[in-house]
Amino acid sequence: MKGQALIRSIEAEQIKSDLPDIYVGDTVRVGVRIREGEKERVQPYEGTVIAMRNGGINETITVRKIFQGVGVERVFLLHSPLVEGIKIIRRGKVRRAKLYYLRDRVGKATRVKQRFDRSL
Amino acid sequence: MSIGILGTKVGMTQIFDDAGKAVPVTVIQAGPCKVTQVKTKDTDGYEAIQIGYGETREKLLTKPQKGHLAKSGAGSLRHLKEYRVDSAGEYELGQELKADLFEAGQIIDVSGRTIGRGFAGNQKRHNFRRGPMTHGSKNHRAPGSTGAGTTPGRIYPGKRMAGRLGNDKVTLRKLTVVKVDAEQNLLLVKGSVPGKPGALLSIAPTNKVGNK
Repeated sequence: MKGQALIRSIEAEQIKSDLPDIYVGDTVRVGVRIREGEKERVQPYEGTVIAMRNGGINETITVRKIFQGVGVERVFLLHSPLVEGIKIIRRGKVRRAKLYYLRDRVGKATRVKQRFDRSL
Repeated sequence: MSIGILGTKVGMTQIFDDAGKAVPVTVIQAGPCKVTQVKTKDTDGYEAIQIGYGETREKLLTKPQKGHLAKSGAGSLRHLKEYRVDSAGEYELGQELKADLFEAGQIIDVSGRTIGRGFAGNQKRHNFRRGPMTHGSKNHRAPGSTGAGTTPGRIYPGKRMAGRLGNDKVTLRKLTVVKVDAEQNLLLVKGSVPGKPGALLSIAPTNKVGNK
């Protein structure tokens, strides 16, 4: 093995194989591992995927939600051990790869149309 | 003073540590190297080990190189490097050195040649500021004044100017070994190392300066 093949074999040990197919526009629930002193628990974070970046071990998604009237965006490193799991709640129908236009919208206008041709 | 190893930069990636944090790492193909010469106080006046790395075709070596390598039976090796050690007697000719010389968590020094950037101007080479790009200015990336006029009538030595940049030998000190793969002779080192993938590197336990 040489070069990139060698690097891919190192990354393969840590890449998760059980991730669902995620698309931009989907509503997802991400389980985030949180350590509080000695105890560890999983906190859910739910929102719309507005961007996906990179590939391989560095793949990330940006999830946006409105919390107490304030827009919150979190970037998750998909293959990180801190991401316990991802569940797709709703498939969205969008025509952009990046939904940054949702940042300028409030209320009803932030809704993404649902699509039914992709399984959850 | 302890023995190091030669290797090749493979590239960079990231791995997750025990706390779940992503750590940027450089993958280094370290060795296998062979001991090609043992220098002792009696024979050479100092204690050192010469190691060879990198298989090559026999016809690319000169006759004197072939003769030198034949003494240790190391085969055709491209790169030779010497490391000073406390007692060279522990090593023997033809002995193989592998990546398991190092262990995870160890602090190391890595030296190699930086990426060559060719003939570079002052902005890139010496971090000069540039002139205004607009408002009638024609002074965009020019070097500016190089000194006074008739007195002294010359440019002082050491004046920073355009020229060759990169391809210098650089040692990065106190890098941490994150993981060792003894089977494939791979070292994962935290952070970056000089050169492009394929560059020759020398990896050695870190050189402690001063009183401990």
